[in-house]
Amino acid sequence: MTDTIIDIDCVTKRYGSHTVLKDLCFSVRPGEKLALIGPSGSGKTTILRTLMTLETIEGGTIRIDGENLFQMERNGRLVPADEAHLHRMRTKIGMVFQLFNLFPHKCVLDNITLAPMLTKGVKKADAERRAMELLDLVGLADKARAMPAQLSGGQKQRVAIARALALQPRIMLFDEVTSALDPELVEEVLSVMRMLGSTTDMTMLLVTHEMSFAHDFADRVLFFDRGRIVEEGPPDVLFTNPSHERTQTFLKKIIAAGQRI
Amino acid sequence: MADWAGYMGLMLDGALVTAKLTVLGCALALPAAFLAGLGRLSRFSAVRALSVAYIEFFRGTSIFVQLFWAYFVLPLMGVTLTPLQAGVLALGLNVGAYGAEVVRSAVQSIGREQHEACVALNLTRWQSLRHVLLPQAAVVMVPTFCNNAIELLKATSVVSLISLSDLTFQAQVVRSQTGSTAMPFLTVLVIYFAYASLISFGMKTLERRMTRGLDGLRT
Repeated sequence: MTDTIIDIDCVTKRYGSHTVLKDLCFSVRPGEKLALIGPSGSGKTTILRTLMTLETIEGGTIRIDGENLFQMERNGRLVPADEAHLHRMRTKIGMVFQLFNLFPHKCVLDNITLAPMLTKGVKKADAERRAMELLDLVGLADKARAMPAQLSGGQKQRVAIARALALQPRIMLFDEVTSALDPELVEEVLSVMRMLGSTTDMTMLLVTHEMSFAHDFADRVLFFDRGRIVEEGPPDVLFTNPSHERTQTFLKKIIAAGQRI
Repeated sequence: MADWAGYMGLMLDGALVTAKLTVLGCALALPAAFLAGLGRLSRFSAVRALSVAYIEFFRGTSIFVQLFWAYFVLPLMGVTLTPLQAGVLALGLNVGAYGAEVVRSAVQSIGREQHEACVALNLTRWQSLRHVLLPQAAVVMVPTFCNNAIELLKATSVVSLISLSDLTFQAQVVRSQTGSTAMPFLTVLVIYFAYASLISFGMKTLERRMTRGLDGLRT
């Protein structure tokens, strides 16, 4: 129980007749940095969305910290989780989205303080002090009173990271957080994530198309195709000496498209 | 023509009744719209059914009939209302039913990504609605609410049928007593238009204040 924080066991996810995840099994150690790579539609984003309870699953079990995510015990029987159970489980997990999903009607500071005040009962002054620390961390202390519409994509994403951090989750999910950014703004977001990776013991899962970042950042890389893990391993092995043909073709295409690995 | 000027007081009395009906009608329509509109989005099927029944009944029947029910039929069930109360009740519930659909569609127009951000931040359904979805939806509602308020203003003229001396009723009185037709009706026209312009202006100002900062240009 103590050596895994996320345990995904034989999980199946379908959208109608289309199966997105097939009997998927893997586990994550506390503090581990995990990169999920693979072609579009391979199910990587679905895994993050499922962990955040934005999707349900059709089969298998997911355990967070040893606790069943989608089911709970009642009178000795397993029943589907109710809102209270999901609410408690979500306190362990934070997520950053591809399109930032900031609240457009609230200034940067209020975007960050809203959830701690509402879900943890943090006092406004304390929430704001903590938010300012986080904005400092992501290099946006001067934007506290700006509205999201006044920020660049890179700045929005850094605010979104600060907003997720404000709830102090033990697991952070990053879903293609640089895919919607102009190329020159990608680095400012990656450097924030690099800093988080080296200074915190948070468990981090990232879905990314930035192979060189995944290489430097991750302790372990999972290569997905059609809802299954084709290959997994430390980045040095998986990127430089992949054993599966499917992985080799994928990486060749990535390199041909001009990315460094 | 000079005679008619003496009847101006009557017209102003009517204008006051119309203003009262409009303001009180809106004051009832607004909470009715939010209750029924959010009720339609409820998790509980009984609440949804109740909201749909209210909306469909008041949109599907004539406001005349609703007014007659409020004034003539309710007393048979032991509820006696003054003409003003009956007028406000019928107008407020009628326009509230249209407003409910405005509330519902505005809340539904907020993108899925906002809901997902709320889930990821662990807000409850009510917290998401109260702090994230409704404030954004309200901006979408205002222009249509402006239409609804003006509709309500114009619909107030039906209350003359239950002997309430509103603006339209008083114009008829002045016309029959002075024999002048054009002047009282012109006055009525101008007063209704002035009221509608006032509502329009108020809603525009509200809309401008609410959208401030959302486009990234003004703060």
